[in-house]
Amino acid sequence: MFDFGIVTNWIHTQLTSVMSEPLAIFLECVVIGVCLLLLYVVIAIIMIYMERKVCAAFQCRLGPTRVGPWGTVQVICDVFKMLTKEIITIRHSDKFLYNLAPYIVIIASVTAFACIPISRGMEILDFNVGVLFFMAASSIGIVGILLAGWSSNNKFSLIGAMRSGAQMISYELSVGLSILTIVVLTDTMQFSEIVMRQADGWFIFKGHIPAVIAFVIYLIAGNAEVNRGPFDLPEAESELTAGYHTEYSGMHFGLFYVAEFVNLFIISSIAATIFLGGWMPLHIPGLDGFNAVMDVIPGFIWFFAKAFFIVWLLMWIKWTFPRLRIDQILTLEWKYLVPIGLVNLLLMVIVVVFKLHF
Amino acid sequence: MGSYIKGLFHGLGTLLKGMKVTFKEFFTRKITEQYPENRATLKMYDRFCGELTMPHDENGNNKCIACGLCQMACPNGTIRITSEMVTDPETGKQKKRLVKYEYDLGSCMFCHLCVNACPHDAIRFSTDFEHAVFTRSKLVKTLNKQQS
Repeated sequence: MFDFGIVTNWIHTQLTSVMSEPLAIFLECVVIGVCLLLLYVVIAIIMIYMERKVCAAFQCRLGPTRVGPWGTVQVICDVFKMLTKEIITIRHSDKFLYNLAPYIVIIASVTAFACIPISRGMEILDFNVGVLFFMAASSIGIVGILLAGWSSNNKFSLIGAMRSGAQMISYELSVGLSILTIVVLTDTMQFSEIVMRQADGWFIFKGHIPAVIAFVIYLIAGNAEVNRGPFDLPEAESELTAGYHTEYSGMHFGLFYVAEFVNLFIISSIAATIFLGGWMPLHIPGLDGFNAVMDVIPGFIWFFAKAFFIVWLLMWIKWTFPRLRIDQILTLEWKYLVPIGLVNLLLMVIVVVFKLHF
Repeated sequence: MGSYIKGLFHGLGTLLKGMKVTFKEFFTRKITEQYPENRATLKMYDRFCGELTMPHDENGNNKCIACGLCQMACPNGTIRITSEMVTDPETGKQKKRLVKYEYDLGSCMFCHLCVNACPHDAIRFSTDFEHAVFTRSKLVKTLNKQQS
């Protein structure tokens, strides 16, 4: 397995040989930040294209086919269209908060995005409470959504933001519980360490029954957390205008839109990391030849394949089920997912204590 | 408690059933027609109403008897029939004969009332749908072949 850390260490030693260490670290941070934002945008474009194609396939259509080969340039054109559109300022809105809100959403999203281990040695934010940090960073987005609704001087935006916030805060709990189930199994909160522990089998196999239950709960709650799928009632396209971002136009709307899609990717890639082994290839203990063949495939390919598989699963769910009402959403969370998640956590504790896992 | 667990598994079952349906749909052939590219292979449905036509046999004869029922049935006044009276040389009876069957595609609403009214199946709708022309006058078509 190629260790990307070799490359980063080499760059670091080269830089420190010509300049002082603080300056070198500063330069590295700038470069990594730029790379992170570029990756963020590229993933957003891929996600939007994938959404349109997968949605079309589920509805027996073809999706975009005209602009570029298989319609691949379509999304890039849409991005440029969005960039050139006017940002309309709403009269009597709270200008400062109104302009700040999309950036809070995008900052939360980028920070959470930085936590994802893409390949061996390719972790941007990686420390011993990474899971906790990830949960905290991704929750900041709710503040942005509430601000967007509050500051746009529109009661429907405010109601949309409130519903969105209620839903996201509720489902945060289930996401946390199902991640906690895996933390119980791994006894670490560091993402790179979580991935390393899956070298002899992914957690969904090692943790068997409780891990599968946690995986399903995580997918449902994660889908609700990013306001998508059957849980997209705060911004139901066909019924409401747009929920909390009704009053936004141009790139401010674009930031919400991009953040929503990348949040979906983040949720999927965290699911891939903690349940399906992240960049860790499929290893079956005992079959050394098979494991060696699997090791040839680079880690980032494994990671992206798993992450996009989960994205596809979530899109499948989104384009299958009808939208839930707000009371149904809260019933699902508080009467089903949370109790099942708690019992599942207990089950995992029993499994770990009596060493019933593989 | 029993009904809670039963409801949970029933719900899961129905959700999985729905997902099975969409999973099949994901892999079925897509029904989108990519029109200008597939002109050569495009297959239209028989019941599609493109434009009114009057089929002629190999001798250039049509079945129209110039009764005017289609003209009367048309709600838009799309059809205009010009007829003349001729004497049949064998029996010596007066008979109506079609001179000109004018059809204005521009005001047709493809309702099929003329085809339904026709007693001799002399007119029918074709599936040809590429009607764009540059002037309105080109939309007025003479359907019968002019017999000299």
